[in-house]
Amino acid sequence: MSRIANSVLVGAALMLAGCGSGGQAATASGTVTGDVTVFAAASLTETFTRLGEDFEEANPGTKVRFNFGGSSALAQQLDQGAPADVFASAAPANMKQVTDTRTITDAPRTFARNKLAIVVPKGNPGGISRLADFADAGRKIALCAEQVPCGAASQKVFELAKVTPAPDTLEQDVKAVLTKVSLGEVDGALVYRTDVRAAGDKVEGIEFAESAQAVNDYPIAPLAKAPNAVAAKAFVDFVLSGEGRAVLSAAGFDHP
Amino acid sequence: MTRNRVRGRLPVVLVLPAVIGLAFLLVPLAGLLIRTPWASLSTSLSAEVGEALRLSLICASLATVLCLFLGIPLAWLLARSGLPGRGFLRALVTVPLVLPPVVGGVALLLVLGRRGLIGEHLDAWFGISLPFTTAGVVVAEAFVAMPFLVISVEGALRAADPRYEEAAATLGASRWLTFRRVTLPSVLPGVVAGAVLCWARALGEFGATITFAGNFPGETTTMPLAVYLALETDPDAAIVLSIVLLLVSVGVLAGLRDRWISGPT
Amino acid sequence: MTLKADLRVTRGTFTLDLGLTIAPGEVVALLGPNGAGKSTALRALAGLLPLTSGHITVGESTWDGADAFLPAEKRPIGVVFQDYLLFAHMSALENVAFGLRSRGTRRHEARAEAARWLGRVGLDGYAQTKPRSLSGGQAQRVALARALATGPSLLLLDEPLAALDASTRLQVRSELGRHLADFGGHTLLVTHDPLDAMVLADRLMILEGGRAVQTGPPAEVARQPRTDYVANLVGLNFYRGTAAGTEAGLDGGGTFTIPRPVDGPVHVVFPPNAVSLHAERPGGSPRNVWPVTVDGIEQHAHTTRVRLDGAPNVLADITTATLADLRLRPGDALWAAVKATEVHVYPA
Repeated sequence: MSRIANSVLVGAALMLAGCGSGGQAATASGTVTGDVTVFAAASLTETFTRLGEDFEEANPGTKVRFNFGGSSALAQQLDQGAPADVFASAAPANMKQVTDTRTITDAPRTFARNKLAIVVPKGNPGGISRLADFADAGRKIALCAEQVPCGAASQKVFELAKVTPAPDTLEQDVKAVLTKVSLGEVDGALVYRTDVRAAGDKVEGIEFAESAQAVNDYPIAPLAKAPNAVAAKAFVDFVLSGEGRAVLSAAGFDHP
Repeated sequence: MTRNRVRGRLPVVLVLPAVIGLAFLLVPLAGLLIRTPWASLSTSLSAEVGEALRLSLICASLATVLCLFLGIPLAWLLARSGLPGRGFLRALVTVPLVLPPVVGGVALLLVLGRRGLIGEHLDAWFGISLPFTTAGVVVAEAFVAMPFLVISVEGALRAADPRYEEAAATLGASRWLTFRRVTLPSVLPGVVAGAVLCWARALGEFGATITFAGNFPGETTTMPLAVYLALETDPDAAIVLSIVLLLVSVGVLAGLRDRWISGPT
Repeated sequence: MTLKADLRVTRGTFTLDLGLTIAPGEVVALLGPNGAGKSTALRALAGLLPLTSGHITVGESTWDGADAFLPAEKRPIGVVFQDYLLFAHMSALENVAFGLRSRGTRRHEARAEAARWLGRVGLDGYAQTKPRSLSGGQAQRVALARALATGPSLLLLDEPLAALDASTRLQVRSELGRHLADFGGHTLLVTHDPLDAMVLADRLMILEGGRAVQTGPPAEVARQPRTDYVANLVGLNFYRGTAAGTEAGLDGGGTFTIPRPVDGPVHVVFPPNAVSLHAERPGGSPRNVWPVTVDGIEQHAHTTRVRLDGAPNVLADITTATLADLRLRPGDALWAAVKATEVHVYPA
């Protein structure tokens, strides 16, 4: 319970704190050093924190700073000129928003895929087992708002399953949905598989077939005018490497 | 004019920071106004926006009423009773001010949620569940906004001369009558100021509301929630919504000001 | 239904210990310097401050005592506060009606009665006026009407004229005197102004350091002060001493010849205008004559008051003609003379 609350807060706090990076250029070609600032989707909080530590270990003298937040909020900050080296988005659309206005050095690459899962409070008090249960007005249901990526994905799977959901609330992000589930305020919700895993034993995840048709791609790209371009590229490569892939898989992400 | 000449010129030490302070408050507002796509203003005002606006005004007003009902007696307790540990209580009252609103929302869920300490019994005994309801919005807004009222009214009470209450007592008035007929009217400006602050804070409330009451159009989607979600996909629409909220709240406050605050002094 | 009180209040290092009796219709003035305990006594009688010990009874009913405390709102009292404390948001009429309404009188009757009281204090036509638009004298009259409207058994007046300017004060004082004469209850007037006390009260109680140092009718107190404070109030030269026959040795030095023989501790008083000043030692009729030095000179309306150091120190009121003759300056050495017949002596 408190962990969920914490992660919600940490996300919010970082959103406020993550401005300004004291990046230093690489001292010589091939030597990665200095600060690297990464704007990453909130759903990457756990994995990227881990990857950042691994990266720092592999490249002594580097320091990875993260700004986790909703992909669209991050994209907006970047559009307004926030200094950052790398952007990892939870949706191609937000990446496009950034690449449209800010030339990038390398084309964005999809480094992970995520799909939706049903999440219920521990013990499944609402007795939810399939998407059709989401149409029951008697059950308390939370979904992401359609304006955010997980909400758009949810809408897609409900269309595919021909189910008209009866949500009680449309949350602003996945973490908010999980807060409601882990506190038992709702009987069921749709979130990403990785989020179910990150939430630990407070919640239970239920996979469903339609999720395969609404897979969410996570693109990553180093940014033009990156204060620390060398380290930016190195970090992107690190995320795409076998080591990065292992960490992402462990968290429940699929490979592209 | 005459007075100005007599008193001399206004001190720069005060005027300069004052002007900077004013600019600091108004320039972001101007930015918002400049960026407003006025042309799309009318098309953006859909029925949903009207609903969110109506809900915002109703909830903020109900929250203010709730704060008045609970907050004025609390302020009186802090200002007038010889309660031990008042200083500590006063500090506690301001906690919702420093608490990130999202945490406030989580705290409310832990207490009043379906599985919450009290909410569990409300649900089991009376079938009352506050989250995801308009009542939940009012509760969340009141939680966050009440300190503004309490601090304002308590300040007014502490500044008011308690001897008037003694005078009322010598005239045979009970403490309740004294409070109603003497104390409260004498601190009315403080109450009005506190209520205005409280209302404004409730109107702009986002974090605690979305965390405790969720977001569902017509039920719990107030303007700030609508603005936040609009920002995800359509920043222009978000700006328009903010401007609408701004204009309505400034209109209401200006109207109140004429009616209450700048009355005969 | 006499009011009998034994007021004992301890607050920090200050102790009030005052026995007080007020007969129906009687006006008692509590007179004393700042910090003497006047306000404490008034607050205790009003029920705004519980007694540490002692009691307050009026007839059969106990207001404060070992096992009873009647709070202010339950006591049949009326209080006129020093700065009146009129409720600013209420009209004059509502202020006067407030006590009646609080005690359960119906709105209509309360307002009618309040209007009668406003008429009685000469404020017809001011019913709807807010306190801030009233002059000082008018506000004082509203405060008096408010205190009297409920028909209290005890009227407490706390420096009721202190906030008024000199000209208004004279008029309001005489009006207040009329209302007090009509009032059948007990009245306690707290003041530090001897004139208010002398004019308005049937009996004075002088309070110093929380204790009554002198009690009596105004004329007696004025003639025979028992402390420096009272003597100063009533404007007399005052000395303690010990008499043997027609000689009285003063505690502070000096000896006086007195008009009739007494033995034992005495107070010696005489007015400043009984003192004459001379450049040379005067001879002639039996006088008390002693050398003095001018310490200070104050000009009053029609006389000049001279403060003189000597054995004893003395105040002398001299005419402007004398002042011109002597060309007084501080430090001048003179002779002071008082006729024995002007000296008033009474047992301490």
